[in-house]
Amino acid sequence: MSTMAATVAELADRVNCNAGLVRRGRFVDLEFMLQIGDQAHYLCISNGQLTAITPGPMLMRPWRFAVHIQAEAWFQFCQTVPRPGYHDLFAMCKLGVARIEGDLHPLMANLRYFQELLATARPKPTEADHGG
Amino acid sequence: MAAKLEAVTGHYMQLEIQGRQNRVYFEQAGQGIPLLCLHTAGANGSQFRHLLNDPEITRNYRVIAFDMPWHGKSLPPIGYHLEEYRLTTDLYVETVLAVCRGLTLEQPVIMGCSMGGRIVLQLALAHGAEMRAVIGLESADHQEPWYDTDWLHRPDVHGGEVSAALVSGLVAPQSPDEFRWETLWGYLQSGPGVFKGDLYFYRADSDYRERIGDIDTARCPVYLLTGEYDFSCTPEDTLRTAARIKGAEATIMEGLGHFPMSEDPQQFRRYIMPILDQIRGR
Repeated sequence: MSTMAATVAELADRVNCNAGLVRRGRFVDLEFMLQIGDQAHYLCISNGQLTAITPGPMLMRPWRFAVHIQAEAWFQFCQTVPRPGYHDLFAMCKLGVARIEGDLHPLMANLRYFQELLATARPKPTEADHGG
Repeated sequence: MAAKLEAVTGHYMQLEIQGRQNRVYFEQAGQGIPLLCLHTAGANGSQFRHLLNDPEITRNYRVIAFDMPWHGKSLPPIGYHLEEYRLTTDLYVETVLAVCRGLTLEQPVIMGCSMGGRIVLQLALAHGAEMRAVIGLESADHQEPWYDTDWLHRPDVHGGEVSAALVSGLVAPQSPDEFRWETLWGYLQSGPGVFKGDLYFYRADSDYRERIGDIDTARCPVYLLTGEYDFSCTPEDTLRTAARIKGAEATIMEGLGHFPMSEDPQQFRRYIMPILDQIRGR
């Protein structure tokens, strides 16, 4: 899934250029794992900045929490206007195409930050997307 | 320059509910058939401000939206600091009936969203003769929980922030940012433990699956409207519920989520106006 890896790799620029998002995550300092299909990525965050994205697999590498998303579900999530059920991390968890494990406290205490971080993988919506 | 005043007026009323005195805030506009609006869990009546400000609706309907005790500008009852807030079916029904009596609403239409959409089913069942119709938005007789509500009220997580974040995914991606964030503000500002206390009703004390088949829609029509992006009360939940109520009408709304009246008022209008016209014509 090289396009998936490319999307994840682009997250750093998209997050770090978003001053409001970085401010929202200013108390976040941790590494979490984002696994898309079989491909793991370790995302290191410091004061809300996404400072490193390290592709896995890496044995014995610790993380605070992990988000696993099926490859097709991530593809759907990354659409400008995702289909119902693929538009939110918890929606995908309820659908059974994503799951979260580990220490959930930093995720829940900064939930909006992490939701918006993942959503930066989407193209910016145009006026037409809001039509109707 | 003088400010533009909305046609909406707000009042406080003193209501006795289950033997306790409550100071309850409500807003109203319009004249005609009373349309009593029930907000979602953890929020307040301002979710209905677009209906209150819609002249095509207020021409024929007296629209009323109140803040439940503990919510918005309504106070919790005296002694609240000594208890854990927990809404129940009985308390919710008595609260709505107290408002109806307090404002002398005759044969009102009751429209509720989410937990409000749940309680209108019980109201139709037990008090249908006193109502002209009920409208359940994001309404079902039961639904599966999708997170642990203990996250909503604990000292090391901001309750308003986590509540708003959790429900943010229930807003349709197409909904205008302006209204998405206004909707979330209701959660961001909610009192500690209030959303969790509402969800006690929603998850633990309102499984109506065995009862709703007894609703008499000839006496009290039931209209159910659910947004396609609502993964809390899913379209399947609503359609299953409607299938159990003989005569109920269910519609799945495109491009909307769990907060249709506040997240995208224009889109919601397309669905609610025909129903309000239909009710008026009965």
